[in-house]
Amino acid sequence: MTMIGLSHYLTVGAVLFTLGVFGIFLNRKNVIVILMSIELMLLAVNINLVAFSHFLGDLVGQVFALFVLTVAAGEAAIGLAIVVVYFRNRGSIAVEDINMMKG
Amino acid sequence: MTLTPLFFYLFAFVTVASGFMVVTARNPVHAVLWLILAFFNAAGLFVLLGAEFLAMILVVVYVGAVAVLFLFVVMMLDVDFAELRAGFIRNAPLGAIVGIILLIELIMVLGFRLAGPLSTAISLPIPAAGSSVTNTEAIGRILYTKYVLLFQGAGLILLVAMIGAIVLTLRHKEGVKRQSIAAQSARTPAAAMHTVKVASGTSTVPER
Repeated sequence: MTMIGLSHYLTVGAVLFTLGVFGIFLNRKNVIVILMSIELMLLAVNINLVAFSHFLGDLVGQVFALFVLTVAAGEAAIGLAIVVVYFRNRGSIAVEDINMMKG
Repeated sequence: MTLTPLFFYLFAFVTVASGFMVVTARNPVHAVLWLILAFFNAAGLFVLLGAEFLAMILVVVYVGAVAVLFLFVVMMLDVDFAELRAGFIRNAPLGAIVGIILLIELIMVLGFRLAGPLSTAISLPIPAAGSSVTNTEAIGRILYTKYVLLFQGAGLILLVAMIGAIVLTLRHKEGVKRQSIAAQSARTPAAAMHTVKVASGTSTVPER
């Protein structure tokens, strides 16, 4: 087996990001799975950042990955809170019903 | 040393496979469990890259907080998930086409970009392997000095997210008696007590 280089990690990140986009298309009705797909995409971004940080020998990538993680945690909390409130009002979490919020 | 590629392929394969299972799982609870597996294996990849602190944070924050929050919401909401999966097969070809185009584009970008030398303008070097400074200590040294404002901003984002989540989901039920501490404290003897004159020979208390 050869040495593992930067491109190996970037490929994993690219495949994971693509899976996240694929998941959004696949589960167009289910908000919760869409949020999970977004988490997958953010994970792919973090893998890219950490891989560049390692292979460039620069620590800033890891610091930035930490901030991405913070924002991902906040986004999940707010997103799930909105889903809970929406379910309380409508009794469903189907995405196509959300345009009812236009009033 | 020779085990590194083996572990890389193991972690990478399990991460990608569980990522695929997240988006295709029939049951959302299973999807969350696959997501947890993906996070654990991504943490393994981070350890291989020497980012031990981020690996631990990934396990603590993503698995311990975010995935459990997802699990909680999925189990709490009484949603007919089978109905939400209608159109799953219909959307699959479009999603696959977009995904494959995106993947090809990303790999082409990687191929062209990585053909040249990587930039060597390093702002904060990672401590050498032999030095006594650990990864956590190195991150702490720059996070609390050079990036302290961004760090405070991250804390502020989390505070706003917490308050937002509480404000969104808090609801007051009608007809529930609640304690009002301000009203209780504002009550004085003058407002709470009064003397009643009872006329002699009668036993009834006159109306106020």
